[in-house]
Amino acid sequence: MSLVNYATREITCKIVYYGPGRSGKTTNLHYIYGQVPEDRKGKMVSLATQTDRTLFFDFLPLDLGQISGFTTKFQLYTVPGQVYYQTTRKLVLQGADGVVFVADSQARQLQENIESLQDLHSNLAEQGIEARSVPLVLQYNKQDLPRDLILTPAELNDALNFRAVPEFGADALHGPGVFETLRSISELVLKRLSAPVR
Amino acid sequence: MQVDPRHRFDNFIVGSANRLAVAAARAVAESPGAVYNPLFIYSSSGLGKTHLMGAIGNHVVGRGENLDIEYVSLEDFVEQLSAAIASGEGERFKQRYQRVDVLLIDDMQFLTGRRETQTELLRLLNAMQGSGRQIVMSSDRPPAEIADVDERLITRLSGGLIVDIGPPDFETRIAIMRAKCEERGVRFWPGVVEELGRLEFRNVRELQGALNRLIAFQTLGGEQIKPEDVLTVLGDLPEAKRAAAHGTPGAPAPNEFQSFLSDIATAVAQHVESWKARVAEAIAYWTGEGYRTAQLERLLDETAPPANWESLLRGFGATVERLKALEQQATDVDGALGGNEVFRDPERLREAEILLDRALAGATPPPGPSAAFTRQGFEVSSSNQLAVRAADDIVAEPGKRYSPLFIHGPSGVGKTHLLNAIGNELVDGSGGATAVACISAQVFMDELIEALQDGTVDRWRARYRSADALLIDDVQFVAGKERTQDELFHVFNALHAEGKQLVFCSDRPPRDLDGLEDRLRSRFEGGLVVEMQSPDRALREKLYARYLAATDHEPGPELLSYLAERPATSVREIIGTVNRLVAAADVAGAPLTLAVARAELDPESSAAARPSTPVAVRAAADTFFLDDEKVVWEWTDASTRMVEELK
Repeated sequence: MSLVNYATREITCKIVYYGPGRSGKTTNLHYIYGQVPEDRKGKMVSLATQTDRTLFFDFLPLDLGQISGFTTKFQLYTVPGQVYYQTTRKLVLQGADGVVFVADSQARQLQENIESLQDLHSNLAEQGIEARSVPLVLQYNKQDLPRDLILTPAELNDALNFRAVPEFGADALHGPGVFETLRSISELVLKRLSAPVR
Repeated sequence: MQVDPRHRFDNFIVGSANRLAVAAARAVAESPGAVYNPLFIYSSSGLGKTHLMGAIGNHVVGRGENLDIEYVSLEDFVEQLSAAIASGEGERFKQRYQRVDVLLIDDMQFLTGRRETQTELLRLLNAMQGSGRQIVMSSDRPPAEIADVDERLITRLSGGLIVDIGPPDFETRIAIMRAKCEERGVRFWPGVVEELGRLEFRNVRELQGALNRLIAFQTLGGEQIKPEDVLTVLGDLPEAKRAAAHGTPGAPAPNEFQSFLSDIATAVAQHVESWKARVAEAIAYWTGEGYRTAQLERLLDETAPPANWESLLRGFGATVERLKALEQQATDVDGALGGNEVFRDPERLREAEILLDRALAGATPPPGPSAAFTRQGFEVSSSNQLAVRAADDIVAEPGKRYSPLFIHGPSGVGKTHLLNAIGNELVDGSGGATAVACISAQVFMDELIEALQDGTVDRWRARYRSADALLIDDVQFVAGKERTQDELFHVFNALHAEGKQLVFCSDRPPRDLDGLEDRLRSRFEGGLVVEMQSPDRALREKLYARYLAATDHEPGPELLSYLAERPATSVREIIGTVNRLVAAADVAGAPLTLAVARAELDPESSAAARPSTPVAVRAAADTFFLDDEKVVWEWTDASTRMVEELK
């Protein structure tokens, strides 16, 4: 997918929030949506089940306006976390320019985090994409929970961050770490603008 | 590897922190190999080492001494070396580098632990220094601090001059930013740059990043940033950002989206191919201003930056300025022309110019041909038929066949008549649609002088440039008139370029026009130069017949034959003769007969009625000496005349 189109002067970034069910991917998007000034707000599309679980995917278009003469658009997607939505995840992952892996910091969720991360890699591999070539950042969400329930970023790093990608502790519900994550993945993605096309 | 041509001394801002390094670099560039060999420049990242090395390289190239300059980063050097060794061409590698006159090696700190490279480099340095060739190296630390490097190499590296570049001081920072702003064509509110300069940046690159962000913010927001906004805009730079990278969630900053946006802007500005971004930026700007940018959009299809893209951008800007000026002028003349779309498309500059010319010319069209001179009324004979045929060709296809047509010939042979006839035919042929300017050079010049006095030269010029054909009579008058020739030259070029018809008349051919500038002469000669001669017998007969018929006197064939035999240098002379004869006939109250004509024109010969009578030599100077009538065929008492003359 071409990220920058000089002819139409458009930059389009597709960023996919990946992670196990209930780790807070949609919450990330909601927080971002809440911060966007009214005049720039696109329509956030959320297909949620009655129990507020993402059924299909969330889609948040961010129109960043003219940057260096380019109409810059970010498309933020979430995948449904539950194991049985495998096909949807693959679909959403297609053409992603960058991936945010939202991990649930709760100690009891560690295994699910690991499985979801493996799932991400195998889905990428299935699409013929070398996982290392895709910009990735990790977000350790729910760091606001009581200390005894969660793992620290350092512990999570040991378990998940074997590629040593940027990692961020976050409290997506209240905001801390959300934009840091987005900023980091965006910069990683944009860095590839100057790199040769894969 | 090529030295970046943008790295020059003239765009390297010198301050107290880098003065020594720059001075040393300049000295080395002036006389490579003679002073400070090797020159070792070190500084932390982003302070201009590479720029300075590039400047040395470019300066040496610019001196044109044809020295072999090699700029290489140590990484590349290592790579080349190992590739050479792997392919068994180690020797060739060595020889190649030994031929280099000025060797510039960047990033020497990567020498750490590379024994083989160190050995090779040591050998190379020895060889180069021995033969007085220049080595310049850069690193992020002094030689002694590069870990794990052969002691002998360190002493070699330290043997010349070691200079460092410190972080820029306040004034230098301001100067750098001003230069950058100028380069990018950005204007900030007074005090903004100074405010940014007050912040402590560790290096120039960071400073540029912050500046980029301000630029982006200003472009995005569409509002001028005020000095007091600088800190807000850069709010999370650099501390806040570093803290965030460590993953400890802090309190969410107010207006997170804005700050995210400006970060993205900076990242985009850094990573988008800068030349395309510049082009795209220009497109966005000019589109916003209401101009068509197809010309620039085509640039974006290029994969590699076209060598002249910057000049294309500048040229585009200049064209837009020109269009603005044209539009202004046109609106002054005719308010309805304001906003006409030709003034909005740089690719239609020519059309815009024409539109303006038309507008300017609209009020007073240039003088046209005189209706009295018609093509029907022009008699043709062998003495002028070439000119007439050319004229007819022109009328058939104006501007296609002979442009310019240059007609020359003595006074009174009908040049003016033919010129005006061409003009009339052109006008009639197009049903009056063709704007023909037909004017004598004298009037052309008088008009110019008048326009110069009134300050309306533009308008005057436009009148002629808007003409579809320009016919100038008596062009010999412009000889020696420099300004008139200048204007004529430009009008000529403008019309000629558009395939408009040009015709000139003169009393002599271009090559004989003294005081005519060569550029005009060669242009005149570049078309068709034809001569109109004095009327020959056939033409004289026709002309006498025509002019006498126009009076009440119908000439008999004898009279016509008599008259036609008489020489005449010009049509005017023939008309004069006709007038004289008619007057004589009127005085005598008799019809115009051969006898009357003879009595009037040749009183002596008619009185004597004997052609053998000695003829007084009263031949006019301008008559042709071989003319029968003027030659004394029989000399009476020649002997006495001879004696008289001898006395």
